[in-house]
Amino acid sequence: MFKKVLPYARPYRLPAILSPILMVLEVMADILIPLYMARIVNIGITNRDAAFVIQQGSIMIALALFGASTGIASSFCGAKAGFGIAYEMRKACYRSIQNYSFNNLDQMSVPSLITRLTSDAETVGTVSMMSLRMAIRAPFMLIFALIAAIRIDGELALVFAVVIPTIALIIMLMFKKAMPLFQKLRKRLDALNATIQEQLAGIDVIKAFNRQDHAYQQFTESNNALRASSLEAIMFMVALMPLMVLIINACLIAVLWFGGLKVAGGSLPTGDLIAFITYNMQIMMSLMMLANYIINLTFAKASFDRLQEAIETKPEMLEPAHPVGGVVDGSLRFEQVYFKYPGYKDDILSDINLDLAAGQSLGIIGPTGSSKSTLVQLIPRLYDVEKGRVLVGGQDVRDYRTKDLRAAIGMVLQQNTLVSGTIRSNMVWGNEEASDEQIIEALKQAQAWEFVSQYEDGLDHKVEQGGSNFSGGQKQRLTIARALLTNPKILILDDSTSAVDMDTDAKLQKAFKQGLDQVTLIMIAQRISSVKNLDQILVLDQGRIEALGTHEELLEKSEIYQEIYRSQQRGLPA
Amino acid sequence: MSQAEKNYQSRPKAQADLEQHKQEAGQAGQVPAGPNAKKFKPDNPWKTVKQLFSYFRNNKKLFFAGILCVGLASLTAIALNAMLSPIIDSVVGDFDQPRFVQSLVIVAVIGIAQSAFMYLGGRFNAVLSQRTVTLIRQDLAAKLLHLPMSFFDTHTHGEIMSTFTSDIDTLSQTLDQAVSQFMTSIITFIGTTVMMIILSWKLFLVVAAFLVLMVLFTRFIASRSGRFYRERQGETASLNGFVEEMMTAQKVVKVFNYEDRAMADFEGRAESLRNSATKAASFGVVTWPVMGNLTFMMYAVVAMLGAFQVIAGSMSIGNIAAFLQYTRVIARPITQISQQMNNLFAAIAGAERIFRLLDAPEENMEGPVRLVASCDGQHGLCWRVPAQVEIQEGATRLDPSKLTYFESDPLISSSPGSYKLVPVIGDVRFQDVDFGYVPGQKVLHGVSLYAKPGQKIAFVGSTGAGKTTITKLINRFYDIHQGRITLDGIDIREINKFDLRSIISVVLQDVNLFSGSIRENIRYGRLDATDEEVIEAAKAANAHAFITRLEEGYDTELVQEGEGLSQGERQLLSIARTAIADPVIVIMDEATSSVDTRTEMQIAEGMDQLMAGRTTFVIAHRLSTVRDANAIMVLEGGEIVERGNHDQLMAQKGRYYNLNMGTLELE
Repeated sequence: MFKKVLPYARPYRLPAILSPILMVLEVMADILIPLYMARIVNIGITNRDAAFVIQQGSIMIALALFGASTGIASSFCGAKAGFGIAYEMRKACYRSIQNYSFNNLDQMSVPSLITRLTSDAETVGTVSMMSLRMAIRAPFMLIFALIAAIRIDGELALVFAVVIPTIALIIMLMFKKAMPLFQKLRKRLDALNATIQEQLAGIDVIKAFNRQDHAYQQFTESNNALRASSLEAIMFMVALMPLMVLIINACLIAVLWFGGLKVAGGSLPTGDLIAFITYNMQIMMSLMMLANYIINLTFAKASFDRLQEAIETKPEMLEPAHPVGGVVDGSLRFEQVYFKYPGYKDDILSDINLDLAAGQSLGIIGPTGSSKSTLVQLIPRLYDVEKGRVLVGGQDVRDYRTKDLRAAIGMVLQQNTLVSGTIRSNMVWGNEEASDEQIIEALKQAQAWEFVSQYEDGLDHKVEQGGSNFSGGQKQRLTIARALLTNPKILILDDSTSAVDMDTDAKLQKAFKQGLDQVTLIMIAQRISSVKNLDQILVLDQGRIEALGTHEELLEKSEIYQEIYRSQQRGLPA
Repeated sequence: MSQAEKNYQSRPKAQADLEQHKQEAGQAGQVPAGPNAKKFKPDNPWKTVKQLFSYFRNNKKLFFAGILCVGLASLTAIALNAMLSPIIDSVVGDFDQPRFVQSLVIVAVIGIAQSAFMYLGGRFNAVLSQRTVTLIRQDLAAKLLHLPMSFFDTHTHGEIMSTFTSDIDTLSQTLDQAVSQFMTSIITFIGTTVMMIILSWKLFLVVAAFLVLMVLFTRFIASRSGRFYRERQGETASLNGFVEEMMTAQKVVKVFNYEDRAMADFEGRAESLRNSATKAASFGVVTWPVMGNLTFMMYAVVAMLGAFQVIAGSMSIGNIAAFLQYTRVIARPITQISQQMNNLFAAIAGAERIFRLLDAPEENMEGPVRLVASCDGQHGLCWRVPAQVEIQEGATRLDPSKLTYFESDPLISSSPGSYKLVPVIGDVRFQDVDFGYVPGQKVLHGVSLYAKPGQKIAFVGSTGAGKTTITKLINRFYDIHQGRITLDGIDIREINKFDLRSIISVVLQDVNLFSGSIRENIRYGRLDATDEEVIEAAKAANAHAFITRLEEGYDTELVQEGEGLSQGERQLLSIARTAIADPVIVIMDEATSSVDTRTEMQIAEGMDQLMAGRTTFVIAHRLSTVRDANAIMVLEGGEIVERGNHDQLMAQKGRYYNLNMGTLELE
């Protein structure tokens, strides 16, 4: 773990090295002070030498000042390095995620990535700082205090030979027993939170079905399980401290007993005994600190590992060794394409063959679960095919740099997402340099300008998190505009007009026909009316092409298409 | 025995620190970035503390026992240090063996007592805090389930969740540790001060001067670190909000080649967080070396002055030794309290949020009209209507004047003639209904409509026209301001809400599934449904086919609200869930928008069977969904602008016609 942290600490070399050094200096000053106190008692008082007392006292104050300044410096260095490391790791993690393929994202899951980037990184920062301070302070304090104690009286220091291993053993045993208890506790806490989160999300369902009691009972079960587990863990930890104190007190009694006898016998100066008691305290304290640090380290290790895992996950989609240049045109070809998601046993798509010249348009229609979305996601190489090839501009998509490929393709995913900011800040996702005129033009084409222009602040109108202040239809039109701004050679709309009403949809069709005649248009839709004027329509059923042709052709030959058509046409004047 | 003291206090410090950071991260993760940053200062601390105290209920003895033990543990620690003086004095000069042995025995006894009190205090506090927190959680959950829908409009899930998680965490930790630490700090401080004054009031004057210095220093640090801490809080919230949003949108990021720009944005935020976190931590941590070394300085000065006193013969060496030990202990409570103050305030502020939630008024489910099963063997369900509730004429199948009175069944009637029984048939009427979510902002104006039993009523119109709102009024998620809604001739405000909702099923736009198996999710509609009935319902909703395609079939466990299922599949499950509930009234809000029309037709076939005899309200923008409705209401701006069946409306060539034909010119 420490080795793995090193690369992230590199930019903070200086504070990362200085912090422990300064800390050791502080510890040394702290350890020396009782020695001078002992000299005051032993020599100053015995000889009634006021000048000596003042001299030794001044040295102590100087040491304390030195300790304070090194301590302060060490704190600042430790904080700088600790949170610097967290920053570097966070950055590395985010960068790594940017390179993830869709498969990686599916496997890692969004909530887990969020935890890694937020609370895990935070924990790593805090513990890095602690590592530079406590992990240094505790052992050095222990060693120095032991040395000082042994130098005062080696025989008396034998007490520690018994006490230190005992304490170490107890702490180790406790950890061994406590760790699983705390893991269990954590799990139950997560379960409880998940329960409440779910109930909150489904509160209208709970209310509509009168399932309050049912939900409450579920919660009670989780809550009781959590309580049992908390008590179990806490009861265990509650015993730790008193046990330690008991041992420490025993140690003190032993020191006082043997030391007191020695003082009485004249073989140990009184001041040395007082200093010894101080060291006794410091030794015990450093042991506690060490134990405490180890607890934190164990917790942090889990966070560190999660972060590291996210950083080390390599995109399973490889960039070509010798990429071809940019995409020349929007022609599209599927050659015997098969696809399945990792972990699935059956092919999601099989034997897909398709040919589309640049500027042509294709509609895709088919029942739920017929893999329409999967099919179009192969075009910008969001997933790699299992077998066969997908060609864009006459080249296999795997031969392009993904950046070049995706730059030529505008896509509106089914789960259209806007992010908080303004309409403008969302629009420039499509094109960084887009002028207001270009944005407005795109909004007009996407039929979004009609409502955007209603806002007093126009393009500066606020977008809430996830675009929650827009209706489904508005969001869809905005995401279409955003895709149009990329000035794509191929435009893919994945069921992007489902929430748009009929007349707006019709206007969109018209706008596409007029404004985008150079662009290859691929459109997944539910409504026949959305696709019937396109050059080709593909009917997909359970991952296979059921039929391919124009509206008129399909009405003749495709059973599914006819059925859909009839279902939508019934009742409308011919 | 200062080491015990020191250890006891230093142990939870770092842990609490770490927890605090975790908490920060957690809570900021749930609260969106920006001005929503949480408050750390409580408004009315005493009221909250009182409320909290009332939560100890039967555990008040435990609370006092805990406080007592913690106090005694601190006192024993002070006593142990005091024992240093006789022990050392007994060995200096002439060895006073009996006194030496006696003193050590006393130390041993006090030492054992200290551990015992610490253990008992810890135990009592732990049990108390766990019981209290469990109780509060329980009450919170119960409260949440019974809050009115309007509460959830004004409070985000993030807000509520953070009360549930971080506020409760903080509270539990505070109850568990901070309270006893606070006690320990105060007792230690007072006890030590007293002991020091007894040992040497002159030396104490020096100590007092240092203490003033220390208090000034901690106050200075607290004000600075407080500022940086808040700054860091804000930066954390901003970064976490960004991460949450961007991770959710990561697929879009990839599609738009937005990675580099996202990275740059992230880096900027992470950098400012690094800055503020570094500053906050620096000032947070710097207390320890400064206070530690100030203590050493005090120690040095006391050692010097003490030595003079011993030389002058006015103090014994043993007293100096004890005084020096106290010198090392006395500063710690100051550091402790200054550090605990923030936690304590945060905990009280959190508790305040908890109690505010607990004090929120619950949804009133009461109503004089109750549902009773098979009243006379003729009809299925009946409304049991008290005599004083008016029954509207014409809205029931029976003439109200001829309604049967039941006097024999005590379940139905306690006093003869006091109840009427009205059969449940699903007759819904709106009469001049006005409604708005926020006072002063009307969403619906003068809506009147009539759904006869078994009819299908469709609502169409553009987004925001008020379609969804209408359906939320029928099951009384919201109460209307003006006008009246009747069900089977009874004003729905008179009907017990549980009973009202038990005959209405809603299939919502956003499908909410619960973790558990698919079978359990379908059974949610009716908890006592058999496995056969579950499969039956799934078949009716056309969900059976895709369920059986899944490897585990009906036993497939759904995680994260059904992630892994397509939107369409989730909707099918939701329809199956409704089907099994066997409702009298069905409300479908865009229930089939993500299902292709062909599948929808298959669902519709199944649903038709199910809906036979049920009053149905459908909201949809797709023609195929609404076409065969008995009546279609075209809503615009909260008003019904057109009504009629499909053919009538098409012939009218109005708004409905234009919506369908896509020929409407907007503006």
